[in-house]
Amino acid sequence: MTHNAPSTAQSTNRQALALLPAIPGVCWILIFVLLPLALLLAHSFLSRNDASDPALPLSVASYARFFGNTSFGFDLIYPQLLVRTALLALLATAAGLMLATPVAFWIASLPSRWRTTALVLIAIPMWTNLVVRTYAWQLLLGPDTPLARIAESLGWAQPGEGLYPGLLAVLLGMTCDYLPFLVLPLYASVERIDWTLAEAAQDLGATPPQVFQHAILPQILPGVAAAAFLTFIPALGQFLIPDLLGGGKVAMLGNILQQQFGASNDWPFGAALTVMTLLSAVGLLILRKIMSAPRSDSDRRPASSSV
Amino acid sequence: MRATRHPAFLLLVAFTGAFLYAPVMVVVLLSFNSARHGMAWEGFSLEWHRALFQNPAILEAFGNSLILAVVSTLIALPLGIGIVLGFGRNRWRGLEWLRTLIQLPALLPDIVMAAALLIFAQTARSTLGVLDLGMTAMVLGHVSFQIPFVAVVVGARYLRLDPALEEAARDLGAAPIQVFRTVTLPLLSSSILAAGLVCVALSLDDFIVSFFASGPGSTTLPILIHASVRRGLTPEIHALSTWLVFAAALLAIAASRRSLFDRPIGPHNNGLT
Repeated sequence: MTHNAPSTAQSTNRQALALLPAIPGVCWILIFVLLPLALLLAHSFLSRNDASDPALPLSVASYARFFGNTSFGFDLIYPQLLVRTALLALLATAAGLMLATPVAFWIASLPSRWRTTALVLIAIPMWTNLVVRTYAWQLLLGPDTPLARIAESLGWAQPGEGLYPGLLAVLLGMTCDYLPFLVLPLYASVERIDWTLAEAAQDLGATPPQVFQHAILPQILPGVAAAAFLTFIPALGQFLIPDLLGGGKVAMLGNILQQQFGASNDWPFGAALTVMTLLSAVGLLILRKIMSAPRSDSDRRPASSSV
Repeated sequence: MRATRHPAFLLLVAFTGAFLYAPVMVVVLLSFNSARHGMAWEGFSLEWHRALFQNPAILEAFGNSLILAVVSTLIALPLGIGIVLGFGRNRWRGLEWLRTLIQLPALLPDIVMAAALLIFAQTARSTLGVLDLGMTAMVLGHVSFQIPFVAVVVGARYLRLDPALEEAARDLGAAPIQVFRTVTLPLLSSSILAAGLVCVALSLDDFIVSFFASGPGSTTLPILIHASVRRGLTPEIHALSTWLVFAAALLAIAASRRSLFDRPIGPHNNGLT
């Protein structure tokens, strides 16, 4: 990237003026995004007064509580909650990837005028309200539904109970929600595959699994990573799906977080939980940045950058 | 690629498609079911769809959702376009940080933005006495996560424009505003429209930011449906949801049309064909 070195004062002025149109937008982000995030951080260091409202003095009580100092003695329920949430998110992302990858390859194998239709069909659930898609799983997984009966015969559910509410319901809901968000970046990657590499591998005598592993997989890995991060990070903050499908039995970080701003009325603690979620997300974003940075010139492949 | 015609593969794809559409289909089908409760099909009926238009709560929520979507889009578009034009093709490294900052609402989990917005609104109310939870707060939240999408959609298009077109206009004596109005804006118009569609869809779909920022009288459709799920689902909700699915389908199709115009623009094809 070349650094634009202005050669004359006029050129600097022109460059500065060129930035002008961006100022309203940047100001908006500063005031309505950055400032709220700063206030969030500040709030997590407040304590509660007698009326349970956030008030000075500053204290780290909320963070102490998160890291084990609960009113019931030392208990790591909150870090466990974070880990449980991350595991659920990981499971849903992995399951989604396993389903999304064949779909991406299939769409890429269609003649081009059918591809757009297939992509639109994938996009429609994505653009449909999550509340609608989630409560529909309540209907599909309740007792007396075909899916519940299948689960009963497999021993996954008690007779008459159905899969909803429960952990499997939450997982199904999450996986279903993430599918389109995984298919689209995966497809972008698959579309750009250089098939000559696969042909060359075949000519050299590789078996189909070997062809996939050595000639195809490395080419789509950036797309897979992009899709995974795109899904996993929002999944950490998932509220709606465990709220509607978990029935109080499955609580993820998002539910406990929301509770603090609602029924529990402990805003400083809620802010602390939000900050922990934020830090986890930022950590993942940094990880992604590191993973996607080109390592060396000899490592660079032809651009397959959906990252 | 012969693997893609293997029956097991196709079966898996078909299963995934069914899995993806099962929730949508069940809601749509139930909305036409004349039975009030349960999943058993009792005959085709339009009565729940008709009842939609007589339900004051639904109509109010629909109005709120629409106003919210339109107002936030109308604010987010100019702000986002301004960012695209201002940052343009500028490669100054400091801008990379700003670009990441602008993308933050799209990168972070939306519950983080929702909680931050709630705290911001309450702080504003207690210190300045200005902001109440409700439509205004929701607009603020929605615009904040729409701006990154506008910047990406319009920015992608802008970067593919041949700079020679704008330079030519400037060389011919046009002031920057004229360059924008007569050259840049028409070339960007289809991507601006696409960005607008994305903004509307994002706003209509949003639950968590609206949920946190809502106050009395500012119920939106997703909030209404959520409350209704807790109180007890009625077939009118299924009918409402069906219309939301239909709207999503329209938006998805419209947006896919826009992106068909993705071609590099330059003097050789003057961007008009």
